[in-house]
Amino acid sequence: MADFLDMGGYAVFVWASYAIVALALVGLWLRTRGAARQAAADVVRLRERIMAEGEGN
Amino acid sequence: MHKYANPARFGALADRILPWARWVMILALIPGLWLALVASPPDYQQGESVRIMYLHVPAAWMSMFTYMVMAGAAFTALVWRHPLAQLAGRAAAPIGATFTALALVTGSLWGKPMWGTFWVWDGRLTSVLVLFFLYLGYMALDRAIEDEEKAGRAASILALVGVVNIPIIKFSVDWWNTLHQPASVMRMGGSTIDGSMLTPLFIMALAFQAYFVWIFLIRMKLEIDRRKAAVMRQSLRGI
Repeated sequence: MADFLDMGGYAVFVWASYAIVALALVGLWLRTRGAARQAAADVVRLRERIMAEGEGN
Repeated sequence: MHKYANPARFGALADRILPWARWVMILALIPGLWLALVASPPDYQQGESVRIMYLHVPAAWMSMFTYMVMAGAAFTALVWRHPLAQLAGRAAAPIGATFTALALVTGSLWGKPMWGTFWVWDGRLTSVLVLFFLYLGYMALDRAIEDEEKAGRAASILALVGVVNIPIIKFSVDWWNTLHQPASVMRMGGSTIDGSMLTPLFIMALAFQAYFVWIFLIRMKLEIDRRKAAVMRQSLRGI
């Protein structure tokens, strides 16, 4: 196990690469998902407002 | 193909593809990581640092692939004014920028122990850095102009001009004397890499490709919703 983690002396470079890639890809997914949910909620809210204002007129 | 220009039809198609893309990514990532980190042998010259290549090479491929998707969308938006094409470019750009940044960072992390430096201004590295700036420029231009049509057109022109950089990246290692090694996977005469290393490389590339499809479709739906919300806000101002 220690040998595996040591990566032949290149542990810092190998594990840093995998950690950075994981963080970036998960981060992009979370940001995208958050923005998509926000945009979908905006559409629903605006549609309800349009219908309410349409009935008011 | 044109029937999917309708956002509702596209949304329905995306909803069908999304779970498949997610599962392909997960199912490729598990054996891909196992092979990349555990089962594949160390390189006779690079030692265990070769494991960085299983991230670096797929990220570099995806950076160029995503740019071609963005440029294709830009061309379609400019020539045929396809309603979803502009949104496709906008959806692809942050994914491409992320893959390009990852190719640069993982390349640097491999370069330090192998070349003795994180960075060198050689043809391959510099042209990939230019690609990263093209993505940033596209996103900045797309947001800088208030009129969405004009912004999309300006960003599309930049994307098309930037296509010239793709063959420069590909052939930089042949045209100039670079520190970066020449092509070893996609080259005339076949790959020079052993099968035990090619397999994890291609499986990780498949995982990255599926990730792209997955995030791209979510971003397309996001851009469609943003466009819908903008139209609704305009109609509310008119009521």
